[in-house]
Amino acid sequence: MSETITRPIDRSHMLVSDEIAIDIRNMNKWYGTFHVLRDIDLTVHRGERIVIAGPSGSGKSTLIRCINRLEEHQAGHIVVDGIELTNDIKNIDKVRSEVGMVFQHFNLFPHLTVLENCTLAPIWVRKVPRRQAEETAMRFLEKVKIPEQAHKYPGQLSGGQQQRVAIARSLCMQPKIMLFDEPTSALDPEMIKEVLDTMIELAEEGMTMLCVTHEMGFAQAVANRVIFMDQGQIVEQNEPREFFNNPKSERTKLFLSQILGH
Amino acid sequence: MSDTHAQTVPFVRDTMLPPAEPPIKEAGAMRWLRENLFSGPVNTILTILGILIVWFLVSHFWDWFAHSVWNAASLSECRQIIAETWGEGARGACWAVIRERWNQYVYGFYPPALYWRPTMAFGLLFVALAPVLFSEAPGIRRIVLGLTTVLTLWLMVALGAPAAWLVFAAIVLVGALAISERHVSWLLVFSVLYPLMGVWFLWGGSAWGPIMVLVGPVLGWIAWRVMHPLSGMVAVIAALVIPVLWWVGYAGEAARDAESIVSFAIPAVASDRFGGFLLSITIGISGIALSLPLGIVLALARRSDMFLVKSLAVIFIEFIRGVPLIALLFVASLLLNYFLPPGTNFDIILRVIIMVTLFAAAYMAEVIRGGLAALPKGQYEAADALGLDYWKAQRLIVLPQALKISIPGIVSTFIGMFKDTTLVTFVGLYDPLKSMSDAVRASTSWKGIYWEPYIFVGFIFFLICFAMSRYSMYLERRLARDHR
Repeated sequence: MSETITRPIDRSHMLVSDEIAIDIRNMNKWYGTFHVLRDIDLTVHRGERIVIAGPSGSGKSTLIRCINRLEEHQAGHIVVDGIELTNDIKNIDKVRSEVGMVFQHFNLFPHLTVLENCTLAPIWVRKVPRRQAEETAMRFLEKVKIPEQAHKYPGQLSGGQQQRVAIARSLCMQPKIMLFDEPTSALDPEMIKEVLDTMIELAEEGMTMLCVTHEMGFAQAVANRVIFMDQGQIVEQNEPREFFNNPKSERTKLFLSQILGH
Repeated sequence: MSDTHAQTVPFVRDTMLPPAEPPIKEAGAMRWLRENLFSGPVNTILTILGILIVWFLVSHFWDWFAHSVWNAASLSECRQIIAETWGEGARGACWAVIRERWNQYVYGFYPPALYWRPTMAFGLLFVALAPVLFSEAPGIRRIVLGLTTVLTLWLMVALGAPAAWLVFAAIVLVGALAISERHVSWLLVFSVLYPLMGVWFLWGGSAWGPIMVLVGPVLGWIAWRVMHPLSGMVAVIAALVIPVLWWVGYAGEAARDAESIVSFAIPAVASDRFGGFLLSITIGISGIALSLPLGIVLALARRSDMFLVKSLAVIFIEFIRGVPLIALLFVASLLLNYFLPPGTNFDIILRVIIMVTLFAAAYMAEVIRGGLAALPKGQYEAADALGLDYWKAQRLIVLPQALKISIPGIVSTFIGMFKDTTLVTFVGLYDPLKSMSDAVRASTSWKGIYWEPYIFVGFIFFLICFAMSRYSMYLERRLARDHR
């Protein structure tokens, strides 16, 4: 088990409301003839912290990338924050400005400074005045503990710092939902901790989060639900304690024994 | 021999090593020679061979260059001077032809009394370029603008420019110098207006013509503002169509009417008076300024998801790239007249500029497409995920990076295009290399001179192209974001 989470978690703000944040019904997706996602049904309530696990190629990344339409689904319905994702560009842009996303390879804009990375979308999408956008950005950079790097370029930062900037960049849009696509998979062990700390803080503030990750320590510490996927399907989902201690499906047991074993 | 190997002994470092200076590289000319030229038998032989070849070439041309004559009225006088100074049978370069025909090489057949006009236009070009080329280098900008100011005003005085225009040029140049110290971006207004101003200075005529051309975009902007609340698509179409309608239908008439009410004209100069470097630079600069935006649009269109847009871009690019530039120039000079309604007088230089622009834009599009393809997919995804729409993502994220990657290719295309401007000789325009040198040789005094004009023109082209190349390297360094 991962030793990266050492501090006690403050659960006072981790409240799950009845309000539905994401509603996925009967969703299917193909890459050409390959059926990547099969009959996905998933309802996420506001304030939920969901960890999606599974072997590579199981479709977990594709699933969360469908939620902000980086990938297009071919059948079924996805409703995010009350807006159904269709081909309507306006709806897509609206959903994207409400849903933050953090990528495995950070995807910071290398030609802009850290501060410019953080203020770009608020200024051009939300039409926030520059001064105000910069103040907000500095606040979030302080939150991820790198305000002193604000005027550097991404190429000058370490991987962990870059990922924290990427999280700050998403937060600057004040999203209602955050998607994490393997945020620590490209990082050294020392850097994984600093990124996970930031994510835990976010969870403690009650952010609705969907994380594709292999950090099972994180899942046990903050998730209220763990979803296990294989071959494009949701195989098992449960609250973390049950999921880890008492997995039901054989596939889940095998997976857990492989990643938690030794 | 010890049986305790370093790695097997437990080791704990109690003090961390501080960073140390790198070792100083051993220097010395002898050492450099030994390492680079005489490091082995093969290398030594190659070095000696290289020296022999260089000596062979230089010894052949040396006396020709050394016996240069700068002051003579004709080729026969040149030869006489060489024979008198270095003896019968000596060879020598006769640069006097450049000295005597300098104005013709620079201005073509432009009326000598109006030489100050292209000179002023050329000086103001640097004011227009300064905020674009040197936006983040105040030191270089100051030097460029300062030199431009001094040289332009001095040349204008020397060429007998009227006092009113001297004052105008002085105000613009000194004003630009002052403004660039504080608000460089304000100078961009001048950059936008410069093309029309430059056209007016070069061709002359009524100032109302360019002013009425300028009204087009203003009308387009008004149309966009009025229509935008109703429908974004309609607004864009209106903003594009209305200026074109204005230019085609009304601008000419409006200019004539305005001129008849308030006359504001300078002497007109016809296109057939243009020649030499004035012609090359006019076509070259216009082509460069127009082909870059057109190339960007074509590159984006070729990568578009929309079938029609993509197909049109592919057809255009492949057609233009598949046809020699000379063929396009012939189309411009001969065929275009058949397609246009009789009586339309479509300026030959304008037609050539359009063709050169289309030609360069097709190449540019492919160069920029390479830059676009080199961007990691994650950049597009991050822009999408933040809610940026297509145009904002292109403008703020994709193009700044793609264009930076493409700088060497873009500048290569510019350099190629600038050299291609000499091909206008085939449609009867006086390019500096062929037409102008032929014109010089046509006179009895310079009949038979061959190498000197070509070397001179080649040298000037080299200077300009080398400057472009150096600028592109400077720009790459300035835009580097990896390690600082």
